[in-house]
Amino acid sequence: MKALQTEAKIENLQPVLGFLEEYLEDMDCPPALTMQLQVALEELFTNICFYAYAPASGDVLIMLDKQDSILKIYLADKGIPFDPTAKEDPDISLDASQRPVGGLGIYMVKQIVDRMEYQRVGEMNVLCLTADLNKVGKHGKI
Amino acid sequence: MEITQKREDNNFEIAISGRLDTVSSPQLQSEMEAVTAEAESVVLDLKDLEYISSAGLRVILLVKKAMDQKGTLVLKNVSETVMAILDVTGFSTILTIENDKEQVEPHESTAD
Repeated sequence: MKALQTEAKIENLQPVLGFLEEYLEDMDCPPALTMQLQVALEELFTNICFYAYAPASGDVLIMLDKQDSILKIYLADKGIPFDPTAKEDPDISLDASQRPVGGLGIYMVKQIVDRMEYQRVGEMNVLCLTADLNKVGKHGKI
Repeated sequence: MEITQKREDNNFEIAISGRLDTVSSPQLQSEMEAVTAEAESVVLDLKDLEYISSAGLRVILLVKKAMDQKGTLVLKNVSETVMAILDVTGFSTILTIENDKEQVEPHESTAD
């Protein structure tokens, strides 16, 4: 298990994604999958940056763990309660003129990982993403 | 992220390389607002785009909406990893994507 605690602000996106990239590199994760898992982490990390503590600031704890081929990514914050798994999926069949701008982030996370679970633990939001690194196609998870 | 702009009359070709994420996409958005104000056609060359998150998709959708009012938008040289993101979000069905096969899938050199 590896952990990184950092302030939830956009300026920390690169170090956060770098932390995941380094972890995945050590396990010879294919580049397409590394990119997709970074996208998933970016969507959730930036959500926390924008909404969890606004207008104040606070920390996020990111933990990475792997048992056999199962990767788990945990994100924990002490911000306002927010359950991204409860968010309704966007309609991706709409044409360009009807499509709302934005609102795709959480949907992309759900497509990329095998499971996304949310728990409110005391004062904390805890998200857990699970991805089986053996169940990967030619182009990654999607 | 780096943005390279080529212009002939009101036809623009914009090459985006590197990482299009939450940090870099506002820069692309402001450059593309200036481009779409004048453009009749826009080509986005994504050959060297390594990474795209929903923040980048958001800008591409804004460009698409703007160009649908006044001209055309084409994406070219989309890599397989970026294409997977466009597919899963339904973007590949609303965008015009032209891939030059020889550039997308370079011939593997045979070992001597």
